[in-house]
Amino acid sequence: MRRGPPTIFVQERTYKRRRMADAARMLPILGVILFMIPLLWSDGETGSDSTRTAAVMIYLFVVWAALTGVAAVLSRRLGPEEDTPEDSATEEDAG
Amino acid sequence: MATLNVLVLVCLSYVALLFIVAFMADRAAKQGRARWLRSPVIYTLSLSIYCTAWTFYGAVGFAARSGLEFVTIYLGPSLVMIGWWWTLRKMVRVGRSQRITSIADLISSRFGKSNSLAVFVTVIAVIVLAPYIALQLQSVTLSFDTVASPDFIATKDASGQQATALWVAAGLAVFTILFGTRNVDANERHHGVVMAIAIEAVVKLIALLAVGVFVVWGLSGGIGATLDRIDASPIATWEVPGSRWVGLTLLSAAAFICLPRMFQVMVVESEHEDHLRMASWAFPAYLMAMSLFVVPIAVVGLDMLPADANPDLFVLTLPLMEGREGLAILSFLGGFSSATSMVIVAAIALSTMVSNHIVMPIWLRSTGGSAIISGDVRSVALLARRLAIAVILFLGYLYLRLSGGGSALAAIGLISFVGAAQFLPALMGGLFWRGATRSGAMAGLGLGFVVWLYCLFLPSFGPSGILPQTVFENGLFGMSWLRPYALFGTEGMDPVMHAVLWSILLNAGSFILVSILSLPQPIERLQAPQYVNVFDHSSTPGGWSGGLAQSEDLMIMAQRIMGARDAQTLFAEEAQRQGLGGYLPEPSPDFLNRLERELSGSIGAAAAHAMISQIVGGATVSVQDLMAVADETAQIMEYSSRLEAKTDEQARTARQLREANEKLTQISVQKDAFLSQISHELRTPMTSIRSFSEILRDTDSLSGEERNKYASIIQEEATRLTRLLDDLLDLSVLENSQVVLNQQSGTLFDLLERAIAAADVNGKLRIHRKPEREKIMLNTDLDRLTQVFINLISNAGKYCESDTPELRIKAETRDGDLVVDFIDNGEGIPRNHQAVIFEKFARVGETKAGGAGVGLAICRAVMGRLGGSISYVPGQAGAAFRVRVPMEAGQHVQAAQ
Repeated sequence: MRRGPPTIFVQERTYKRRRMADAARMLPILGVILFMIPLLWSDGETGSDSTRTAAVMIYLFVVWAALTGVAAVLSRRLGPEEDTPEDSATEEDAG
Repeated sequence: MATLNVLVLVCLSYVALLFIVAFMADRAAKQGRARWLRSPVIYTLSLSIYCTAWTFYGAVGFAARSGLEFVTIYLGPSLVMIGWWWTLRKMVRVGRSQRITSIADLISSRFGKSNSLAVFVTVIAVIVLAPYIALQLQSVTLSFDTVASPDFIATKDASGQQATALWVAAGLAVFTILFGTRNVDANERHHGVVMAIAIEAVVKLIALLAVGVFVVWGLSGGIGATLDRIDASPIATWEVPGSRWVGLTLLSAAAFICLPRMFQVMVVESEHEDHLRMASWAFPAYLMAMSLFVVPIAVVGLDMLPADANPDLFVLTLPLMEGREGLAILSFLGGFSSATSMVIVAAIALSTMVSNHIVMPIWLRSTGGSAIISGDVRSVALLARRLAIAVILFLGYLYLRLSGGGSALAAIGLISFVGAAQFLPALMGGLFWRGATRSGAMAGLGLGFVVWLYCLFLPSFGPSGILPQTVFENGLFGMSWLRPYALFGTEGMDPVMHAVLWSILLNAGSFILVSILSLPQPIERLQAPQYVNVFDHSSTPGGWSGGLAQSEDLMIMAQRIMGARDAQTLFAEEAQRQGLGGYLPEPSPDFLNRLERELSGSIGAAAAHAMISQIVGGATVSVQDLMAVADETAQIMEYSSRLEAKTDEQARTARQLREANEKLTQISVQKDAFLSQISHELRTPMTSIRSFSEILRDTDSLSGEERNKYASIIQEEATRLTRLLDDLLDLSVLENSQVVLNQQSGTLFDLLERAIAAADVNGKLRIHRKPEREKIMLNTDLDRLTQVFINLISNAGKYCESDTPELRIKAETRDGDLVVDFIDNGEGIPRNHQAVIFEKFARVGETKAGGAGVGLAICRAVMGRLGGSISYVPGQAGAAFRVRVPMEAGQHVQAAQ
């Protein structure tokens, strides 16, 4: 039930918002990649001098915090008031 | 034991506080002042029931055993929240638009509102959740025992633990029943519970952070020292197997979406889709904060506490060992909060599912299945929920008891996670793939559940528990490829990863395969786009297009379900809001939606929808109904089209009748006019004949000349009368088609010569002709045609009122017809008379020359007989008559010459 064919040229604000949605979609994929990177570190075959837990921990929490921060910025830009045609009608305020 | 008593007291006061908070929140919600407690912050905090006692106690134990691996359990949900735009947004939208009350409701509703599927999901969920509940019981039990024991190291006395566990289970059951089923709320939303959970979320976060700060800065001496301690600890190196790292992250992500209690807070209790926006970053931040001090606490615990101390309780034992009573109690409360909030929400979610999908359908069926039943559905629903909560907690206790209760918390939790993850293929397939079918969902869920039971759940009771030792060694029925930890010969895998791999693989595989091979029911096809393309459809739930419902019937039904008082209050409020008196509001769409929401809290969304639609007769729920309606409509349409055809026919007949009637009336009028005309025409000469004949008879003194004159008048009048009668006879004969035509040949010129001579207009009328154009051979009844010409020429002589009357006669051939125009230079015939001059006795005004008025009528009749026509041509210099005669015969004659 799309209303008419999708338009190619949209307002700059709508366009920006759609790209923000793209970014929001990509962010978890980036997160998966970043969280899996420590697996590559443990491949050091030196044995005794392998990767320290503390280092991995610091890395993970930094990535975690960074992802959270980016997600916060993105979610702020994806406000509900300017809906793209993609997510259709406005939500009624229940309650 | 004094400390234990203090603890019990602290617990009770804490519970009392939660009650007060919940009560206030519910009251505020009822009074419509609930905006602030439905804020995104509260929503985010309510999501924190993901962090149970497993997180509070178990994470540290997990870290002490396997290092950083514990963090995967929080990375998965963080990624899901960050990726809200993919999945959660859709789930929440679908949940709101379809009025979903539980994950079983979501899945069953997607696959054709199948109740058997809902029952299946509910049963799986109850079994899957048993280990999880057992985990909470175990942690609370352990924490009590730890505080109670003199050296703060939890005793391993199994019987004593079980006694405590039973008390804890019973206490939690009562607590949950009191808390979660005080009222059967609208749309399964529990404002009070959500508020209490939010408080508990804050308490457990503060407690864990406080312990962490105490450990890092109090015991270790700062961040640098703590990092050094980590490097020196048994878990100093990063040795996580890749399969577990990836597998557990994905597993926790799946469980986060599929766990019934997470679904409850995330979708069912969601007040506004927009709340997800804040939760998308705030909840990962919360998880990060919860995980921040886990490794330091584990490391310090391993370092400072005796080797036989249970690492799952480091969070509690560390402050106790250091003599920090206050911190210990805070920590204990944190653990208690984690466990209770999880148990409350999980039990509410499960009991809702049990009540809506198992108990209520059975009860409704056994009592007739319609809304018109005696008794209070609401009390049945409440009772069902309370019993379900008790049963669920008892199952948890049973699991704890049967499995021995000695396992690490995280290990128990993972069993539930793998079980809950079995919902993922059906859930995601339902949300993103239109081709997913009910059979596929059933097959996938069933196979995945069986594999989970066999590979993880049953073995968790120990080698000699439910599965005998021989099965572990030789496989089921002695088939080595069916060993629970080495399905299809995959030996040496981690048991959890093994179960995840095979259960999800077989689940998803059979789901996809069966979906492709099977044909969905019509209602599944209807539902599929509602889910998959939810953003293309209207975001508001399908409203009632009511107006047909009987308010009284609705009232009767609502009383049965909600109880008489509440129903009457609701109806009266609505009536007042609509500005009406009494108890019966208009069944407006708004009101119907509200009523459905209220009812769905008691009996489930689907049942409420069905009941209202039964009475309103608006939106039908089943395709069968739709089809029946469609059939009926088709019949009605066919019938009405037949009716329409008949109506048309009748209209046509009526029109014909009307026309016939008009004609008859006209003819009748004509007849009357004819009779009066003819009597007049006959009377005038008769009168003069009578009077002159009387004069001749009665007057003797008449001269011969006079006598002669009167006699000639009588003769003239008699002649006129005869002529009139001849004309009438002639007309009658002509009009009745009784005349016999006498075919002759001659030229038009001769005809006109004869006619002009007969008309006797010499001297009175100058006639202009073009004789060369009149050499046209005609083969027709020449006498009759001449009669017409004579009539027209003599008419011109009689009626042309010019000083020098002239008549032009033009002849030409046109389209195979001979056309002769007779045009005089008089005043012509007024427009309003042109239509009637050819009628019998029609005369234009009172003219000087008396005529009976049948001449032109005879001309018309003659021309009709000859196959031609005579007409008046307006717009010429004077009166113009056109005679048209077919020339076939004439041409034939010409050709013969």
